[in-house]
Parts: sequence; structure tokens; C-alpha cells
Amino acid sequence: MDSAKRLGRRLLPQFIALALILALIWMVFPAFFSLEMQNGRLYGSLIDVLNRGAPVALLAVGMTVVIATKGIDLSVGAVMAICGAVAAASSVRGDPLVLTLALAIGTGLICGLWNGFLVAVLNIQPIIATLVLMVAGRGIAQLVTEGAILTFNDPGLIYIGSGSFAFLPMPVITWLVFGIAVAVLLRRTALGMLIEAIGINRRASTLSGIQTPVLLMAAYMLSGFCAALAGLIVTADIKGADANNAGLWLELDAILAVVVGGTSLLGGRFSIIASLVGAMIIQAINTGILLSGFPRNST
Amino acid sequence: MKFAKALSCATILAACTFGTASAADLTIGFSQIGSESGWRAAETTLTKQEAEKRGIDLKFADAQQKQENQIKALRSFIAQGVDAILIAPVVATGWDEVLTEAKDAEIPVILLDRTVDSKDDLYLTAVTSDLVHEGNVAGKWLVEATAGKPCNVVELQGTTGSSPAIDRKKGFEEALKGNDNLKIIRSQTGDFTRTKGKEVMESFLKAEDGGKNICALYAHNDDMAVGAIQAIKEAGLKPGADILVVSIDAVPDIFQAMAAGEANATVELTPNMAGPALDALDAFLKDGKAPPKWIQTESKLYTQADDPAKVYEEKKGLGY
Amino acid sequence: MGLDPERLAILRFLWRISVAVRKLRMTYVFLKAGTMQTHSENILAASGIVKTFPGAIALNAVDFALRRGEVHALLGENGAGKSTLIKCMTGAYRRDSGGLMLDGIEIDPRDTLDAQKLGIGTVYQEVNLLGNLSVAENIFLGRQPRRFGLVHTSEMNRRAKALLSEYGIDINVSSALESYSVAIQQVVAIARAVDLSGKVLILDEPTASLDAQEVEMLFRIVRGLKEKGLGIVFITHFLEQVYDLSDRITVLRNGRLVGTRDTASLPRRELVTMMLGHELLAAEKDVRQTETQAGPVHFRFSNYGKTGSIKPFDLEVRKGEVVGIAGLLGSGRTETAELLFGIEKADSGTAEISGKPANLSSPRAAIANRFGFCPEDRKTDGIIGDLSVRENIALALQARQGWARPLSQAQQNALADHYITALDIRTSDREKPIRLLSGGNQQKAILARWLATNPEFLILDEPTRGIDVGAHAEIIRLIEDLCAKGLSLVVISSELEELVAYSSRILVLRDRAHVAELNGAEITTDNIVSAIAASGISKGAA
Repeated sequence: MDSAKRLGRRLLPQFIALALILALIWMVFPAFFSLEMQNGRLYGSLIDVLNRGAPVALLAVGMTVVIATKGIDLSVGAVMAICGAVAAASSVRGDPLVLTLALAIGTGLICGLWNGFLVAVLNIQPIIATLVLMVAGRGIAQLVTEGAILTFNDPGLIYIGSGSFAFLPMPVITWLVFGIAVAVLLRRTALGMLIEAIGINRRASTLSGIQTPVLLMAAYMLSGFCAALAGLIVTADIKGADANNAGLWLELDAILAVVVGGTSLLGGRFSIIASLVGAMIIQAINTGILLSGFPRNST
Repeated sequence: MKFAKALSCATILAACTFGTASAADLTIGFSQIGSESGWRAAETTLTKQEAEKRGIDLKFADAQQKQENQIKALRSFIAQGVDAILIAPVVATGWDEVLTEAKDAEIPVILLDRTVDSKDDLYLTAVTSDLVHEGNVAGKWLVEATAGKPCNVVELQGTTGSSPAIDRKKGFEEALKGNDNLKIIRSQTGDFTRTKGKEVMESFLKAEDGGKNICALYAHNDDMAVGAIQAIKEAGLKPGADILVVSIDAVPDIFQAMAAGEANATVELTPNMAGPALDALDAFLKDGKAPPKWIQTESKLYTQADDPAKVYEEKKGLGY
Repeated sequence: MGLDPERLAILRFLWRISVAVRKLRMTYVFLKAGTMQTHSENILAASGIVKTFPGAIALNAVDFALRRGEVHALLGENGAGKSTLIKCMTGAYRRDSGGLMLDGIEIDPRDTLDAQKLGIGTVYQEVNLLGNLSVAENIFLGRQPRRFGLVHTSEMNRRAKALLSEYGIDINVSSALESYSVAIQQVVAIARAVDLSGKVLILDEPTASLDAQEVEMLFRIVRGLKEKGLGIVFITHFLEQVYDLSDRITVLRNGRLVGTRDTASLPRRELVTMMLGHELLAAEKDVRQTETQAGPVHFRFSNYGKTGSIKPFDLEVRKGEVVGIAGLLGSGRTETAELLFGIEKADSGTAEISGKPANLSSPRAAIANRFGFCPEDRKTDGIIGDLSVRENIALALQARQGWARPLSQAQQNALADHYITALDIRTSDREKPIRLLSGGNQQKAILARWLATNPEFLILDEPTRGIDVGAHAEIIRLIEDLCAKGLSLVVISSELEELVAYSSRILVLRDRAHVAELNGAEITTDNIVSAIAASGISKGAA
């Protein structure tokens, strides 16, 4: 198919970069590709890359769409912390899992709505608008956890972070399914084109009859939704909500993933799949450094 | 207004002149850095408890990580004419001016948990733990626990370049010196967080033959140890048995792990800095006996033998 | 957050230092660009200029001669080679072969700076000066009068003021350049170029963003320079201005010289033929349209207006009718269009479509009523530059259908192919990003975007601005075709002859109000001009 070929060409540089990095790690650490079954799931460094890359991959999905609208969402790290805190608090209170998840995701959507309102309705520059929540968000999360790491024991919630399904860790399933679902949704409907149009020329798009404010708010809400999922995963992973450290600086990793994926920070043409590959490139580098035994942050 | 001011001035004067007799009616200002970690929250709680125990009126000010807020708080304490000031300074430099103001007002200042770069006649004393010593205690425990058997140790460091990371590493290595059976085979930073502790431990396990090569884990704080314990469990090994776990801080969650047999030992960084501080202050105000310039808190070692479940219940309410 | 005086003083001091450092750096950067002046009676002559780009010959043995004291118009369609020739003469390009003589001396400018020093100055449509520097700094950039090694600001301002007064302009020269209108900026650019170079002045579309009065001011200045003996090359799309200003005309087509003629002896019709290479199309014929068919009024705007934007007006449009809107820049033309399309919300009056009240509170609402709008500023309001021609054409229809009902790839392809053929949009490929198309083809693609929505009411704001003569004629023909199909059009244009050619009725605007309506035989350029000019007189009298 023509469009499949075009997608392949678009993703080629990212896949080459990923392959090169994996090959490099393999040279330093030959056991990198070895997989084995343990406790009913696949176990190995490659799985670690997929698993540890989940939060950034999820954030990158929303970030790609926001950046495509010529925006940026700096608040995702803080929103992760808030949503994780809300989930933990709800779980500790003894709420059923469904309610816990609904509360966390609802919180993420509200955060996104707030950002979208500032950007689309009040016309505040995205970098400033989302800075509000980036700065204030951790404070909100701390209010929820009362300053401590809020631990919980609900096996259902923990399953989201460290359970496994079809031999893969749940976070891997989550970002793969969610990322591909969003990519398909945007390309099978006209949303992708309309979002690109807004990102390239917002005024001309409005004049062509596109509901620019609605779509902008939807983009930031998607980003909030992604942050909520990522927040649930990191919280469930350590069985506790760490308001200070959950998602700390991950907004920068997410932006980097989008840029590595080849989407321009100036908005317009985007590819969610490329951003997901970008997130994996970043995580492969991180895991590779850990495996090789070089101290991080030493440069 | 004027009258009220005059009255309050008079009260302060009275307090200055006559109020030094006993600790019972003291007013003390406490400038806390903020609540950036559970440990600090516990420190705040314990300071309040210690003050209450002694019948002290504690004026609490949260600086929210800003030195200017702390300086403001100190000036306000001085203006209110408190009897003494406790401060956990957010940074080491830039205190000379305000400390001199306190000295001129004859208000003793006690530093909690961290020190400053000012001349030591500007404050009464500093109550801190010894980070190197903490690492040392952890190392000594491991030396005894392994009893000469060969053991490969992996280390989860704190945030690169931070003084706890540097000093706790140093103390631990000193304790290991001369025990050739113990070897640190991998050492990486886990940024003091559970998430990073878990992630880095996962890579250690992969890199060391699925963890079969590792006999002990030393983590610079309990949070990283808690994350690492999960990683060890997920790799199909038994933390506490297959891999010994020793860490520092003694936060409540590590006692839960110890009660479950998943962690072996922790060294307490006590959040009760106020207790020794207030004792020293009491002695100073009563007898004019100047305390030493540095009061070191105890770095107590807790193991599975110390009824961790009970300690957990004690610590739970402190706001960690 | 009050600043105490001490801190203020320190800040002010630091500011002074930063200003001084900036000026020093300016001085340093432009030190090499000192002035060089020679005097000779000769002027610019290019002979046999050849310039090739990979895969294309941009200029094929072109001769061009500029006399001292003449305004020489350089004309041609887009892609004819005008700008390539200019760039070869100003050193922006290195020519492959051919000779270039200035004042009888063979020259070979290495770059534009070199050409400036030799005596060839250029002023572009987008003024390429530094907007945040003062007028005086811009004029003397790189050659400021100095004292004690520092810029002598008062001397510089005095000289700048004296220089501009020669052009009949009296402004505060220490204000930032960008605080003045484009016309003033252009005069400043000319003043700098003439002061710096002083032999040849090249004006590249200087009037594109000026209104009529500003154009008149600019022309007065150009005529003054001509009398001083400068040779002036004038590039424009406006044929009226060519006849107004130039002495001779050189026409290029497809990189070749078509000919150089005296303006006075070259009929307009023949000029257009030289440019297009064939007889001009129906649209330029000076034949009045037949009387409008008197259908019922379909769109009726009564007492429609917005405070501070445009005074309330009445507008009635029948099916198949073209209503022209004429007026000077700033008279409320674009405001009228924005009101009709719902970009601005009316705060008085009513809109009716076939007798029923219509909601036109936003572009989306207007589109729902089958309105379409081709904006004046294609780049910022029209095209989505990075999207393909196909997506640009499908956009408005897709937006109206909603995101959940996407046009399939096949539907989009069919739509794009249909309009690329029907409107003769010249693009190698429907997947080409639209920003790579020429202005005329972009305009046609935006027209296609609206035609795809099957509109009943189309507003065209300056549909022929800045596009070459060929595309110009095609767009006019399209307008006529559309109204023949029963579409109602409102066309805003500053090209009066064009309006006269296709409008059934013309509304004249002045001072943000509709002041006159011309019908049938009244529609002549003279009548429009006097309706517009009436304002000037009444204003002058007031």
C-alpha cells in the first residue's frame, strides 16, 4: 500500500537509530537479547526497556498531539504525580478499583481541561499556560499524600504496574495498545489532519471552519489522560505514590521522545508511532548505560 | 495600637529579664526548610512533640525551600523576642547577617540536621547526624552478617554529587576495608527514589547472571531499598535471604519489609534532632553551660531482631 | 515590588553600558562597509547575462541597459527571470557569463554589500532594515558619525533628519523604525540606499503593501531622485503604476529578453501581450457586462455593523450577482468582509438568507450557511503551508462534515484532481505542500477549498493581489464562471478596472462606512475614483 510505504519511509531513521543503539548495547552486554520465562512472563533486558519506557511512551502519545497543535505540555510530570497520589489515596481509603481508576483518569482529564482552557480560550502561550500546573502540580500532589509516600496494597492496582498479561508486563501492554489505538483513531478519522492544520496555521484553520478551541482542549485533555495512565503505572510499580519524585522531569523526556521521533516543535505533521519509537530509543540508552555499568550523570 | 505595641514590648522585656529561669514557659521559634520528604515531615512532627513535652511554646515557620523565607522567619522571631531559635538551614551560605542580628539580640540559635558556613560563635550548637558514620554502621553490620564468607555487594547510591551520597558511600567503604571477602561489584545512582531504585536494581540483576552473582544490596536510603526489594522479588529471588538488604534512614516502610523478612537492617537517621537540641538549650539556659559546637545524633542500627512490626507502628504516625 | 532609586540607578547604568556595547558592536561589524564614491556620467549596462540553475536556465543571454535619470520598469510574469536578473546585478547571485558595466567600468560584485559600495542600492518589498533600531541608526548603520571613538548620536540624528527632509519627510528620527508605517520605512530604506550607493536604485515591488496616498508619496520621491540623475529600476505587478512612473519598459519572458520599449509609445494591450506571449483574455476586455438579471434578493444584510470596526450598512446580493467593494486601504473593506463571514461579530442589524434570519456569529456558523471566504492575506489566513494541495482543498469540507466522518483518501484525491484540472492549478503533484506553489496557484487552491463545499455566497478579498498577470486573468474568468453558475459573490479589490469588468454593482467605502453604490452604467473607474476622492475633499475641507 502507498500509505504503508510512506509510513515506513517516515519511520526509517528512527528504527535505524534504535537498531544501532541496541546493537551497541549488545556489544557491551552480550546477554541483552536473551529472554526467559519467569513467574509466567518473559524476563530479560529487552523487556525491561519496553517496561521502563512505558511512562515516557505514554506521555509521548499525548505530547505528540499537543506539539502537533504548535503547543507544548510541561505539566505532564506533575499531573502524573497528582494522578498517582489520587489513585493511592483512593485505594488506601478502600475504594473499589474501578472507582480508583476513574478518579485518577478523571483527575488527569481535568488537569488537561485546565491547560486547554488557558491555551484555547484565554489564548495564553502553551509554554506559560502549562508551566502553571508544572509548578503547582507537585504541591497539589503533596496535599493529597500529606507529604509522605502513600503506600497501598490493593492487588488490582498493583497489577497495573507489575502484573503481566500474555507473557508481557502490563505497562508494556498498556502503552502498546493505547499508543496504537490513538494513532489509528487520529488517522482513521479526520482528527489527525485537522490537528495538523491547526498546528500549521491556527487562524487559517479557524477561517476554514475548524472548531479550533474544541480540538485544542481535546489535545490537552488527551495529554492529561496519558499523564494519568503514566502516573498510575509508576505509582502501581512501586506500590506507593511519591508526590516528590513521580514523573519528575519526565515532561522533558516526553518532549525529547517526540523530537527524536521527528515531529517538529513548530507544530504540524506528526507521527505517534515515531514518538513511541523515540521513547524506546531514550529508554534503550538509559537501560544500556545501567547495564554497561558506567555511572550515570557523570558527564 | 500604640498601646498594644508598648504592652507587647513590655512583655518581651519582662520575658527577657525574668523568663530564663525554667524551660516551661519558653517561647522558641522553629524555621523548617519545608516538607520535601517524609523524613522532614517526621522531623517537624517530632520537634512539635518534643516542644509540647517540655511545655515550650513553639512558633513554627515553613520556608518552602527558600532561604529568603527562612531569613524573614528568623527576623520575625527576633522581633517577637523569642527565647531561642531552631533552624534547619536550606543552604550553607548567606547566614552571617541574620545570625549576627540574633546574636546581638542575645537569642541562642541551634542548627538542626544541617550546618552553615558561618563562624561558630554565631550559633549555640549544631545537632546533626554523621553521614559517614551511618555508612560505617551499615558496612559493619554487613561485615558481621557475612562472617568472612565471600560476598558480592551492589550499591544503590543517592543523587550523584549530593553529600549524603558521597559520605554514606565513604563510610560504607571504610567499614569494608580489610575484609577481602566483600566486594562492591556494581554501584549506580538511584536518585534516592523508589522508581529509580527499582529500575537500577533490575539492571543489576540482569547484568549479574539473574542476580545469582549478588549476595548483598547496600542502598543509601530506604526508599531505594524498598524499590529494589520489589525488583528482586519480581526476578524470582528472595530479598533478605538470597540477597541481603541493608539501607539507611529507618523510615516506617522498611520496617514493614523487615517484618516480612525482605530487608535485613537499616541505620536510623533520627528525625528527632529537637530532643538533643532542646536538652542542650535547657542546660545552657539553666546553668549557662555552653554545649559543644556539634552534637552528633545516634545512628542506631535496627535489624530483624528488633521487633520491626512494633517499630513500624511507632513510626507510622510521625508523618513519614 | 517597588524599585528603590539606588537599584533603578544601577539598572539605568547597566542599560547605558549595554546600549554602548551594542552600538560599538554595530560599528565594528559595519566598519568594512565604509563608503566609496566615484563620479562618472555612465550608468548600468548588462549584456548577454546567462545564469543557470541545476536543471533550468533562469536567464538566457539577457541584455539590460539603464540610463542615467530614468525610471525603467522591469516586467514579466512570475518565473520570467526578473528577480534572477536583479540578483545577478546586485551580486546576490554570480552570473555564469555576460558583462556588467557600471559608469563604463566593468564590475563583478561579490555580494550585495560589494554592489552597494560600488553604487547599486536595492529596496525590497519587505523592508530589510532593523525595526528595533532608530530611524537614524538604520540610515547610518555601519557608518555612524563618531566622536571620541563612540557614536555621535546627536550628530547622527541631525544628519538623518536633514537627509529625510530632502524627501519631504519630517519625523522623529530617534524613534524605532518599526513604529512607523511601511511607507515611511520604505522611504527610510530608499534614503539609506541612495545615501550609501547613489548611482542605481532598484525598487523591488515597493508598492505592494502601500495604499494609494502612500504610493503617490513614494512616486514623488522617486521622481525627485530621477531628476537628480539616478538610474532607477522599478519592479511591480501594477500596470497602472508602470504607466504612471516609468520612462522605459523592459519585458522578460521565460528567462529571455522580449524587448525594451519607451513607455509612452507602448499601448497597454501590447505590453500585456509581450508579457503573456498571446492576446489577452476576455476578462481584460473593456466591455461592460450585460445588465444584471433581476432575480430576487437572496442575501440581505440590514443595518449590519460593528462599533469601532465598520458603520452599519445595507447589502443585498442576488443569486448569480457579483457585488464589488472598492475603497482605499483602511476604508473598511476587509472589516466588511470579516463581518459578513462572522470573523467579527456584528453588534447591530440583521442578516437574512432568502427571507429567513441567519446566524453568522462565527466562521463556522457562516460556513454552515454555505458561505466561503478567500482572505486577502493568503499566507496567514488562507493556506495551511505544510499540508498538501489535496488536504488544503479538502479542509473546509472536512471541517464542515466533522472529524468523525472523514473523507476517504479516494474521495480527497478525486476532489483534489477535479479542482486541479478545473481551476488549472499548476502543481506537479497533489501531495506537494501548498507553500511550494506560486501565489496565483495558492489562490486558486483556496478558491477550490471553498468550491468543494458547494457554497452559495463567496467573499473574495483581493483575489488577484500579488499574483502574476496570467493567473490574474484566469481568476477573473473564474469569477465570471462562478456567477454564471448562480453563485453570489462579494469581491473586494483595489484594481478598479477589474471590479468594473465583472461587478453588477459596486459599493464604495470610505472612513469605515459604505458611502456610495454604483449600478449599471454608473460603473466606471472614473465614478469609483470620484466617489473615493469625494472623501478626501470633504475631509480636507473639514
